[in-house]
Amino acid sequence: MSSTVSTVEGNDAVAHAAYRMSEVIAIYPITPSSGMGEDADEWAAARIPNLWGTVPLVTELQSEGGAAGAVHGALQTGSLTTTFTASQGLLLMIPNMYKIAGELTSTVFHVSARSLSTHALSIFGDHSDVMACRATGFAMIASRSVQEGHDMAIIAQAATLKSRVPFLHFFDGFRTSREVNTYHFLTDDEMRAMLDQADIDAHRARALSPDRPFIRGTAQNPDVYFQGRETVNPFYQKCPEIVVEAMNRFAKISGRQYQLFEYAGAPDAERVIISMGSGAETVEETALYLAGKGEKVGAINVRLYRPFSVEHFLKVLPPTVKAIAVLDRTKEPGAAGEPLYQDVITALNEGLTNGIGALKTMPRVIGGRYGLSSKEFTPGMVKAVYQELEKPQPKNHFTVGINDDVTHTSLNYDPAFSIMSDDTVQCVFFGLGADGTVGANKNSIKIIAEETGNYGQGYFVYDSKKSGSVTISHLRFGPRPIRAPYLIGIGDASFVACHQFTFLERLDMLQYAKPGGVFLLNSIYGPDQVWDHLPIEVQSALIEKKLRFYIINAYDVAEQTGMGSRINTIMQTCFFAISGVLPREEAIRQIKKSIEKTYGKRGEAVVRQNFEAVDSTLVNLYEVKVPDKVTSKITRRAPVPEEAPEFVKKVLGPMIAYRGDEVPVSALPVDGTFPSGTTQWEKRNIALEIPVWEPDLCIQCGKCAFVCPHATIRQKVYPASLLASAPKMFKSTDAKFKEFPGSKFTVQIAPEDCTGCGLCVEACPAKDKSQAGRKALNMADQVPLREPERENWNFFLSLPEADRTAFPVNTIKNVSLLQPLFEFSGACGGCGETPYVRLLTQLFGDRAIIANATGCSSIYGGNLPTTPYTYNREGRGPAWSNSLFEDNAEFGLGMRLTLDKQHEFACELLRSLASQLGDELVEQLIHADQSSEAGIQAQRQRITQLKSKLAGIKDPRAAQLMSIADNLARRSVWIVGGDGWAYDIGYGGLDHVLASGRNVNVLVLDTEVYSNTGGQSSKSTPRAAVAKFAANGKGTPKKDLGLIAMSYGYVYVARVAMGASDAQTLRAFIEAESYDGPSLIIAYSHCINHGIDMRKGLEQQKLAVQCGIWPLFRYDPRLAEQNKNPFQLDSKDPTIPVQEYAYNETRYRMLALSDEARAEMLMRQATADVARTLERYRQMASAETGSGKDE
Amino acid sequence: MPDLSTTYLGLKLKNPLVASSSPLSKKVDMVRKLEDAGVSAVVMYSLFEEQIVHESRALDYFLTRGSESYAEAITYFPDLGKYNVGPEDYLNLIQKLKSSVQIPIIASLNGVSSGGWISYAKKMEQAGADALEINIYYLPTELDLTSRELEEAYVDLVKDLKQEIHIPLAVKLSPYFTALPNFAQKLVKAGADGLVLFNRFYQPDLDIEALEVVANLELSSSSDLRLPLRWIAILYGRLDVDLALTSGVHTAKDIIKAVMAGANVAMSASALIQHGCEKAAEMLADLQKWMEEYEYTSIEQMRGSMSQKSVAEPAAFERANYMKALRSFDNRLRI
Repeated sequence: MSSTVSTVEGNDAVAHAAYRMSEVIAIYPITPSSGMGEDADEWAAARIPNLWGTVPLVTELQSEGGAAGAVHGALQTGSLTTTFTASQGLLLMIPNMYKIAGELTSTVFHVSARSLSTHALSIFGDHSDVMACRATGFAMIASRSVQEGHDMAIIAQAATLKSRVPFLHFFDGFRTSREVNTYHFLTDDEMRAMLDQADIDAHRARALSPDRPFIRGTAQNPDVYFQGRETVNPFYQKCPEIVVEAMNRFAKISGRQYQLFEYAGAPDAERVIISMGSGAETVEETALYLAGKGEKVGAINVRLYRPFSVEHFLKVLPPTVKAIAVLDRTKEPGAAGEPLYQDVITALNEGLTNGIGALKTMPRVIGGRYGLSSKEFTPGMVKAVYQELEKPQPKNHFTVGINDDVTHTSLNYDPAFSIMSDDTVQCVFFGLGADGTVGANKNSIKIIAEETGNYGQGYFVYDSKKSGSVTISHLRFGPRPIRAPYLIGIGDASFVACHQFTFLERLDMLQYAKPGGVFLLNSIYGPDQVWDHLPIEVQSALIEKKLRFYIINAYDVAEQTGMGSRINTIMQTCFFAISGVLPREEAIRQIKKSIEKTYGKRGEAVVRQNFEAVDSTLVNLYEVKVPDKVTSKITRRAPVPEEAPEFVKKVLGPMIAYRGDEVPVSALPVDGTFPSGTTQWEKRNIALEIPVWEPDLCIQCGKCAFVCPHATIRQKVYPASLLASAPKMFKSTDAKFKEFPGSKFTVQIAPEDCTGCGLCVEACPAKDKSQAGRKALNMADQVPLREPERENWNFFLSLPEADRTAFPVNTIKNVSLLQPLFEFSGACGGCGETPYVRLLTQLFGDRAIIANATGCSSIYGGNLPTTPYTYNREGRGPAWSNSLFEDNAEFGLGMRLTLDKQHEFACELLRSLASQLGDELVEQLIHADQSSEAGIQAQRQRITQLKSKLAGIKDPRAAQLMSIADNLARRSVWIVGGDGWAYDIGYGGLDHVLASGRNVNVLVLDTEVYSNTGGQSSKSTPRAAVAKFAANGKGTPKKDLGLIAMSYGYVYVARVAMGASDAQTLRAFIEAESYDGPSLIIAYSHCINHGIDMRKGLEQQKLAVQCGIWPLFRYDPRLAEQNKNPFQLDSKDPTIPVQEYAYNETRYRMLALSDEARAEMLMRQATADVARTLERYRQMASAETGSGKDE
Repeated sequence: MPDLSTTYLGLKLKNPLVASSSPLSKKVDMVRKLEDAGVSAVVMYSLFEEQIVHESRALDYFLTRGSESYAEAITYFPDLGKYNVGPEDYLNLIQKLKSSVQIPIIASLNGVSSGGWISYAKKMEQAGADALEINIYYLPTELDLTSRELEEAYVDLVKDLKQEIHIPLAVKLSPYFTALPNFAQKLVKAGADGLVLFNRFYQPDLDIEALEVVANLELSSSSDLRLPLRWIAILYGRLDVDLALTSGVHTAKDIIKAVMAGANVAMSASALIQHGCEKAAEMLADLQKWMEEYEYTSIEQMRGSMSQKSVAEPAAFERANYMKALRSFDNRLRI
């Protein structure tokens, strides 16, 4: 055995093998498999060769369907080809999987198994996706751990080449794909030894070649299709033995022996659990533990699930077995049982019928579900299943890990049951997202694993917000390999660290602490003051559990050493110093070594700065003597206020407090329907600074509210008399609106919802004439402002909203008076997308139905616990739904079709009931002018009148009309998504929907990358920018989606950038929505993926327009009907070079730093792209007339 | 044919026209063009210590910003394996230039901390630089910092550098020293082999409508020659040091003035940036023509011929010169 050790994530361990054994790799981003594609792309960019000395060709496709097609083509021409995917992506590959398997083509697909979108999307792990592939003809092989992921990737490659059966290699998304663990990897020579060159030659010999032509992929008829389908049987029959051979060969090389089915536990077990994936690891460990205590229990890990070898399965099943529980990590509603359960029953039945294996009688078999969407699966749950098997009438089709109080499927379990050996140290760290805690913990695990001879494991839990999120790191280390694929349990951690003081008032962190353990706190208060600032619950836990209590002011140390808010190395140094896992000096040496490794290539200055932080840490670390009495008056605050609605308190509250696992089935909606407007109840208080309004300087332009990504800065005009009950600190000034003479005006900040991004301050044009640095808005510390501004905010909310019919909404100033119906989303601070979404809801929210493509906008728009789309005082607001990633345009079109059809039907019914309803009302309802706010309001009143009349009419048509009458009011259908959707995966559908001529409005939030999955290149990515999947800079220009859409002649198209021209943006939104046909708005959205100072996002938008890379235009087909040029170029000729804009952004700059020559070449080409595009637009703008609407 | 050769920092140069520190030296091809056009040496663009530190920190900040916060996007950028944020690119360029051109290459260093400078200077020497120019570009804004402390810090820096490197060292100064000759003398005593007069500070401008401070880069013109010309003329022959004039060298006459004032070399950047490298050839041809016309046999012959100590009216470089200038101004305006 000559393998080498490393500590990496599961994805990396799998990709390491897959990359080396491939010639062609087709990729597409999807969580949690993206990491494998990213590895492959980065390695190819770094010219790392495969086993045969050549660099694999790594290509991104437009969708997983596309990736599968490319894989199929590459295989048919003889390449060793692979791909990586998960969830919906895998579903899109299914058609090709049937083809690839039907043609007996050797390949391995590596899948980090993930939940499917059903009642909700979930990015987390279960087997729903892979189970949907079990009929494709792919062999299916499962890995339980990081190590096995690497090993099975190799075994599967050897087996597919030998057997010709394609393989789907899967492992649990997140639990395995994202777990950091120590593994032994095979060297290239060892991997080569696993593959027979003859098999590779045979694979190539089967390829299409005009030198020896044949045809593959014929169409067949009833006469031979069936027989043809049966020809593959021998290959499937031989496949299990071929896998066994590969496993045996692997064992000789690596020393690690695998089997198709692996049994562990008592040799005379009477109760056996059968499972697959990471959960099988927990089952096995628990079985061994219980067997060690004398219980007759065992566990079978299914490794090769397809082809399912009955013989091999029965061979490992102890003949003593009396009861079996089969655990499936998937749900198949309506089935006789979940897939593995059914396979086991079939196998047992066949074994008994045909005399295979040693079983003489059929044991009792029950099936159960566990671990959906990465739900925890612990030894306590395994024990509960064994206990269930002991019962005379055990539950079948049970669930474990949840409280099903509706159909009572769930088993009770003991959450405190632990099988962890005493020599395993367990530590939990609570960090603030992006403070470096996770990265530091990954490094700590590597240091421990690679420098102390211990084994290490790290798993990291993130919340669903993109800004101000909480991260929880679970670290284990000890002298034995650490399997435990579950989180550290309550009362199990000997070390708990809180890296953000404000968490104390929100989270129960010390529940994890073991008596006598350590609690490390990043405290702004010194050792003598900190006790008085701890909540009661924390003081009690410190005393009751006799914890050793340490503090450090890490923010102070970070500030002094130039680290900003990155406290990672400081807290890491404290951890090593307190835990004593290494002698202090050695620990510091290792931390520095790790810093050099991690940051070295970013320059000496960064390394030096981190070193300084490490060196300054220990003198600032204090042990605090814990008093013996609780003295605090502070209590942990409730996750939502008392006045919140019942559902919010009962369901969303526990989720906010990280107690969502306790929510029972009965509390949840049956169909994924949740109430709107719930972010208002989650006061996150994540801003360090918030804007302060200076009424004396304010010019009431509305720009601050117009650009606010989180709708946390608002404006109202109201009668002065209402100020009588205003709080003392409430600010107001005379309104400067001609429509509201004599009124008062206020700009108000929501202090607890603001993220402190500062965009409003940047947008504010009003400066103090005596002190140019002071504006009408200035940032100030949030903490002292929190209380008074909360009171002001609540009063502000009580003021009346603007009457939409009372003033025109064609200026920024006026629009900013409209109530946003999208507020306090969890988007990144300073997000460039959400201002457009907020604007949409201000203008059209009370009549909008939104189809939202999966991506950032669906996550900040719809990720629980709380969601931002809300409603006005009349109860109206955007109706929002997310279907999938790829189908969003069609999804939105479907909505339009319903509205159009029901409107038409309602008109038909109105006419047919005219005699009873009155001709005048009917005519008004049918021909209402709803082009203005007043017109819409009038129609709504008519509908109310209609409904009251219908209530008195006993005619079945009246009942029909009653249920669809609301659709007589104008509806605004919006199809919203990012560029990954619009330019790539959803483009075919988008094109068709635009071509349909229907009245839909498409808003493309163009960040020029797949933002939500971490910045992979899309066809919108501009040339010369670096993105994941384009690690050496994108070499082709951005697709001109607007130009393509304009080619139809009857599609309204606008390209906007709020930071460059807010007025043009507003005009485009109003024009698009008013156009009775398809509209497309492509909106420049600055993004964290661009690597910019987000506070300068609007400025960067301006530069994008000034350099010509983002021209502003509007194409309005209505102008062509008036014989005018429909195309209007709204931006001027470039005034700055492209690079002056581009090199403000890390995505461009990093290439210049990494490969200057290529960066220069691409920048030259990008500049030429801009010139070419502008020339085309100038010509279009100067054309005398445009084309007319093609009816 | 007159002899155009001169010496500077102990380097034998074929003429007194040196390409001053500018972005022109970032490309080997461009330096080749400068050599072809006849410049006798090239001072490379400045390696800014602050820029290296800033670039390194900014890269780290933006690559890690927002990372490890959200489960679907643990990072936002690919790992590119290497970034040239240290002095390596600069050092590589020195090596490339040395193997590509025959003329001397003078490295240029701009920094604020003694620690960083010293190590970079050493690396530049090891990379093959023929000499080093250190560029003191520091704006003392602290109320408590005295001119004496500042001058002492610079002198110490020169001493430290001289202990570390063996190639000649030139110091590029700003014109804003209260007692320039005295400070120049201290620098020479500390080991400076050459003084480069003067550095041009880019002065910010004010946008009075946007109420913002704006950066404003303006290239020099021949009129900028006057300031260094005066000080070269004053220092020439009084200190054992080579003198280089930079700022405002746009024509052959500017070179002649520089040399006559006492400069070993005249350094030009703006003219070459504005008109291309070929401008150097034109300037040198004009120089030769002028010398022939006025029967000068060598640069050496004219060097210092109009320095303060050589002219008939030494006071012309002092306060009296100011009075004279004012008078000429009055005359022009007929006041």
